[in-house]
Amino acid sequence: MSHYTSHADLGGLPGFGIVASAAEGALFHADWERQALALTLAMGATGSWNIDQSRAARETLPDYRRLSYYQVWLAALEKLLQERRLATADEIRSGTLHQPPLPMSRMLQAQAVSAALLKGSPVLRTPAQPARFSLGQQVRTRSETAGHHTRLPGYARGKQGVIERIHGVHVFADSQAQGLGEDPQWLYGVVMEEVQLWPERASAGSAQNLKVSIDAWETYLEAA
Amino acid sequence: MDLRVRALQSVLTQKGYIDPAALDVLIDTYQTRVGPRNGARVVARSWVDPQFRDWLLRDATQAIASLGYSGRQGEHMVALENTAERHNLVVCTLCSCYPWPVLGLPPVWYKSAPYRSRAVKDPRGVLADFGVQLPETTEIRVWDSTAEVRYLVIPQRPAGTGHLSEDELASLVTRDAMIGTRLANTPAVEEGA
Repeated sequence: MSHYTSHADLGGLPGFGIVASAAEGALFHADWERQALALTLAMGATGSWNIDQSRAARETLPDYRRLSYYQVWLAALEKLLQERRLATADEIRSGTLHQPPLPMSRMLQAQAVSAALLKGSPVLRTPAQPARFSLGQQVRTRSETAGHHTRLPGYARGKQGVIERIHGVHVFADSQAQGLGEDPQWLYGVVMEEVQLWPERASAGSAQNLKVSIDAWETYLEAA
Repeated sequence: MDLRVRALQSVLTQKGYIDPAALDVLIDTYQTRVGPRNGARVVARSWVDPQFRDWLLRDATQAIASLGYSGRQGEHMVALENTAERHNLVVCTLCSCYPWPVLGLPPVWYKSAPYRSRAVKDPRGVLADFGVQLPETTEIRVWDSTAEVRYLVIPQRPAGTGHLSEDELASLVTRDAMIGTRLANTPAVEEGA
């Protein structure tokens, strides 16, 4: 069967140390990071892949946890370009063309950047059926792993929660990531109690008066 | 890394996939034009205008767009108001989802493993890393940005700011306060900074 492994599902994992805060202006360590960001956004705008395929390419990099943030972005961009046969490994390494370009339906021109950013990519769609769950309803998240890119974090799998918000019908990330189309679904804000998520801590008497909210598509949930 | 990125950019340009001038516009946008001062204006407006505050809590996407901030990575916004009873903290444990139109690009720590791993389990420990301690009676509510909804924290308005203008209030609102890892600055702190 599938052996999809995400290295990005970090919620609740131990051993990463303290958070090092930084001044507001400090966004990049080096010039190449700016270029990596811009190249990624510009290639994303060509429509050669969607944002969920981009996230899947990043989180499956075997060395994800050893790479810096923009190293991850860059490696994923290179991977997608090769998978789509838009460039070869040789071309990417040398900066020299060996093959003609593939036809591209869109290219982000400088004068179109502002409008494109202002427009964004809304994912809200028209409902085809009523929402299955209602505000205040008890639900349980699915407990099995997905075998593909998913947006249900590991720490929140197989947990009980309450529907707190109904966000509308959103493009389904799991489907988009697999290239299976938008498959829009109702999206819910689900709030979970600390004792559900971290029972060992609650029983040790070190609870933090914490609740965690996630956004979950309808097929992540069942009535509890 | 420099050479590697330059080679890649050269290939993509020669192939005609990208317009190099577009890269400069993208970088300039997030380096100089779109950043946390946008969000600070949203927060300050909500502090001085109860009608705007209600709108923001009801339909953040539209209310924020009315101040001119919208688009990529802020298409679907939700505003979360801090109170004495509840302190909100935003994270993306799976990647780095962040409300770009109001806060710009995320800081390094927001995207880092320590923050992403601990925010949902030990938020009081994370707050302590930022020098913030909250009463045990205050609920800590963590919002994990697992879909395309983006969250903006509205920090509590500091005491003793009744005489300040909207612009002066905005200057008290830091990026971190709008993620939830700090409180808004007090005027005294601001003058000393």
